[in-house]
Amino acid sequence: MEKIYEVKDLTFRYPGYDRKVLDGASLAVNKGEVLCILGPNGAGKTTLLNCMAGILKPSAGEIKLCGRDIRTMTEKEIAALAGYVPQLHTPAFDYRVIDFVMMGLAPRMGMFGRPGLEDEKKCMDVLDSMGLADLAEKSYLDISGGERQQLLIARAIVQEPEVILFDEPTAHLDYGNQHRVLGRIKKMAAEGYSVIITTHNPDHALLLGDKAAVVSRDGTITQGTSADIVTEVILSEVYGLDIRIRYIEELGRTACLVPGL
Amino acid sequence: MKNDSLSLNKRKNRGVILALLFSLLCLMLACLCVGKYSISPGDCLKILFGRLFGTESTWDGMDENMLLGVRLPRVMASVIVGAALSLSGAVYQGIFKNPLVSPDFLGVSSGACVGAAIAILLALPSGLIQAGAFIGGLLAVSLTLLIPRMMRSNSNIMLVLAGIIIGGAMSSILGFIKYIADPETQLAAITYWQLGSFAYVDNKAVLSIVPLSLIAAAVLIAMSWWINVLSLGEQEAQSLGANVPLLRGICIVCSTVLTAGAVCISGTIGWVGLVVPHFGRMMAGSDNRTLLPACCLTGGIFMLLVDTVTRMIGPAEMPVSILTGLIGAPFFAWLLYRQRMNVR
Repeated sequence: MEKIYEVKDLTFRYPGYDRKVLDGASLAVNKGEVLCILGPNGAGKTTLLNCMAGILKPSAGEIKLCGRDIRTMTEKEIAALAGYVPQLHTPAFDYRVIDFVMMGLAPRMGMFGRPGLEDEKKCMDVLDSMGLADLAEKSYLDISGGERQQLLIARAIVQEPEVILFDEPTAHLDYGNQHRVLGRIKKMAAEGYSVIITTHNPDHALLLGDKAAVVSRDGTITQGTSADIVTEVILSEVYGLDIRIRYIEELGRTACLVPGL
Repeated sequence: MKNDSLSLNKRKNRGVILALLFSLLCLMLACLCVGKYSISPGDCLKILFGRLFGTESTWDGMDENMLLGVRLPRVMASVIVGAALSLSGAVYQGIFKNPLVSPDFLGVSSGACVGAAIAILLALPSGLIQAGAFIGGLLAVSLTLLIPRMMRSNSNIMLVLAGIIIGGAMSSILGFIKYIADPETQLAAITYWQLGSFAYVDNKAVLSIVPLSLIAAAVLIAMSWWINVLSLGEQEAQSLGANVPLLRGICIVCSTVLTAGAVCISGTIGWVGLVVPHFGRMMAGSDNRTLLPACCLTGGIFMLLVDTVTRMIGPAEMPVSILTGLIGAPFFAWLLYRQRMNVR
């Protein structure tokens, strides 16, 4: 099977700190797969994702994106293959939604390039396909958090990447918007995108299926199928909590539960 | 929609730019005419077009001397300086993702002050004072850019802190120069230069900054869409494929050339580069593709108005910075009040 990402023996240490956030971490993602990365706060999930997106330079180890070592790739080459959806944020300036989404065209623009009317239409088609066309002319600061998260996804789709990296896409969202965003991610996976997502909620790994990985506090990664990783033993150890995994017949799926507070 | 509204937005943006351009041209004509010695608009146009197309002189020679030798360079200088400061202010605000940033953020103005003050101290002629200011501005920003390289950091925060360090150092050097300057002549000249004025601008000075300023402005406007991308922050811009150090470096160099050029012919003028980009955003939106040209035109209009008022009120000319401060500070407070919901 064609490998989208191969991470081997990755080590990362922030400048000025002794602690290795990632220490010999390895994982692999095949084309069309969904990988959920779990782990406690501060374990290095976002650091791992930033290394994979080429934003952070690892201290040691190798990351291959579509068979190429990302150290040999330019920012544009990486962005053309890997879309990155950051955590929900507020930009400093008040762009129109369509202008914000058009920034996804950056990997294909020259230094003095700018999108034309055809590019705008292409972005409108993406918004249309996601049912967000009515937001196009609105101000990005005037829309809700759930809509902003959907637009960050739209911008990544405009990049036309092979794989999309999501950094905690449900953080800061209400329960309804969390599930709408997860539904969108599942739909994208069904359309053939490879998806890598970091999350604090192990239930997301069960909802999205495929593969899961756990980043431990010692900087290593354990990877497997969701069924292998999202187990009571592993989760209880990772989160230091008594976690149960039960099949809910009414819903037709297994779910992560805690017995009480 | 949607195609209709897309082209509608483009038409609206074009309309804003054309309206500003028309306003600027009308204002330039008006400012060429008014003053303690007034010239009629008809004579003014006759002289300008007559000289442009080489037609025979049918106008008063005194009018021509006043118009071409005094008013025209002054009006051109005000427009160029206003446009340059506003454009570099908007670019800095974009690339540093901070609407409170002004063009002298990385030490260009304080460096230019030191350069000019040294030239004044050495009793050099006015052309060399301008050259000293330009070189001082460029040197100060070069030092600011050097600090993050020495620290092996590409972050905006490091650059901002480096700007504070160099700005502080330049202020101290300027303080020392003022301390040792002759209080009767040199200190007065340095202080007057610091307050900004177009009173001594001539055609030669204006022409000396035009080529570099035009190139820098053209590069920045050509990169305006990438400034949108940079305004999302370093990490996000990089994840979208932006070579952040390269793009940011080009923007800083071009903005520095613009600001240093402006400061070297007019002295330091505060508030323009901070306030005009906000006013531009109110008219043209935040998209730098429209905002940057709108800022150039609005900055030109603002500076021209301010300079015309300073040369018309009172028996002696008031330094420009006094008026830009008096207008800029309350205007900025009003802008903050209007946009208080968006200031986070």
